[in-house]
Amino acid sequence: MTQQRKAVALISGGLDSLLAAKVMLEQGIHVEGINFFTGFCVEGHTHAIRKKDKAKPKRNNALWSAEQLGIKLHIVDVVEDYKDVLVNPKHGYGANMNPCLDCKGFMVKKALEWIEENDFDFIITGEVIGQRPMSQRKDTMPVVARESGANDILLRPLCAKLLPETKPEREGWVDREKLLDFSGRTRKPQMALAEQFGFKEYATPAGGCCFLTDKTYSDRLVDLWKGRNDKQYELDDVMLLKVGRHIRPKPHFKMIVGREEGENKFMEGYRKQFLHMRTTSCTGPLVLVDGDLSAEDELLAAQITARFSKGRNEDEVTVEITDKSGLAKMLSIKPLNESDFPKEWHI
Amino acid sequence: MSSHQLDARRLLCPMPVIRTQDKVKTLNPGDLLEVTCTDPGALNDIPAWCRINGHEFLDYVESGDEIIIRVKVGQ
Repeated sequence: MTQQRKAVALISGGLDSLLAAKVMLEQGIHVEGINFFTGFCVEGHTHAIRKKDKAKPKRNNALWSAEQLGIKLHIVDVVEDYKDVLVNPKHGYGANMNPCLDCKGFMVKKALEWIEENDFDFIITGEVIGQRPMSQRKDTMPVVARESGANDILLRPLCAKLLPETKPEREGWVDREKLLDFSGRTRKPQMALAEQFGFKEYATPAGGCCFLTDKTYSDRLVDLWKGRNDKQYELDDVMLLKVGRHIRPKPHFKMIVGREEGENKFMEGYRKQFLHMRTTSCTGPLVLVDGDLSAEDELLAAQITARFSKGRNEDEVTVEITDKSGLAKMLSIKPLNESDFPKEWHI
Repeated sequence: MSSHQLDARRLLCPMPVIRTQDKVKTLNPGDLLEVTCTDPGALNDIPAWCRINGHEFLDYVESGDEIIIRVKVGQ
């Protein structure tokens, strides 16, 4: 009896990885999915936070894809290990702070470790030649295979016919003739294949599934590093970069201003980690302050807090300032005028 | 069979699922796990994770901003 071969599929939750896994299942391969959580994955975070998005579906697309495929999915927390990829990318960044080529190599390397521990035979991804400007080019795809250490046990079913033969093809575990030759940025072949497989619904995230491809998010990350004079970060930093208005009035402190009730509620969980401010004489947002404040800075931060409150046009607003230990004091101040608030302070 | 608790409050998707997955790995078939979450997305994700990985989502209770999800560990 022929041994059933086992592959692990990198499942992002998008259409390409869904199709790549399905192509392998059709060839009788035992497939299980793996999804890596770097902290920067777009999956539902902001929807979960913002009250106005409460009604939006909060589906995790990787889990949903696995369910459509009828396969197991292993979600792996790689937040700590990913820091080095983001801080020191050997191949640099894309248009923003996205280290796509290093990221892909890192994930395939992690998948390789996983298949070695779990006695699987090869790795599949939904990569398509020419689909992404950095990590999915004909000249960079071999880089991922080589630098991850996966070499010829990395199979890309959607464009395999355009690439050198891999071990699963050579050994006859999979039929190369039944693999595909997709290339370029067009989505039409994928959509046709989805229809053929009966997938009527699938995620189509614009710009990929990573916050690091977003300019505003990347600007905030660079500002965080610059403000701290250190390129380190924690998962809480990653989360807070997704929330609120970010304002840096001075190089040594930054303010995060909740934009609505859901964000204020989420930020309340950070009150013991940051000095925070809130107006008490009128409705206003919760404001977290990152950095050490002098008395002068504290006054400015309170004026900015008041500027984002309902009392922005009042002559005097009372602001409660609470330090990390929970010690609170009140300050009555005039909200900052619009003319005194340079737009460059917004990150 | 034994009962276990997991605190996944303030964690956002997919961390409640990852914590559930990691906790379940340490338990035995038939054990019960109560996961306390604040991300409403967990109400979709944890049952989906159970379905694809052979565990049983029993029920959930909402209490204020917290959701307690009960899972029975499969084989």
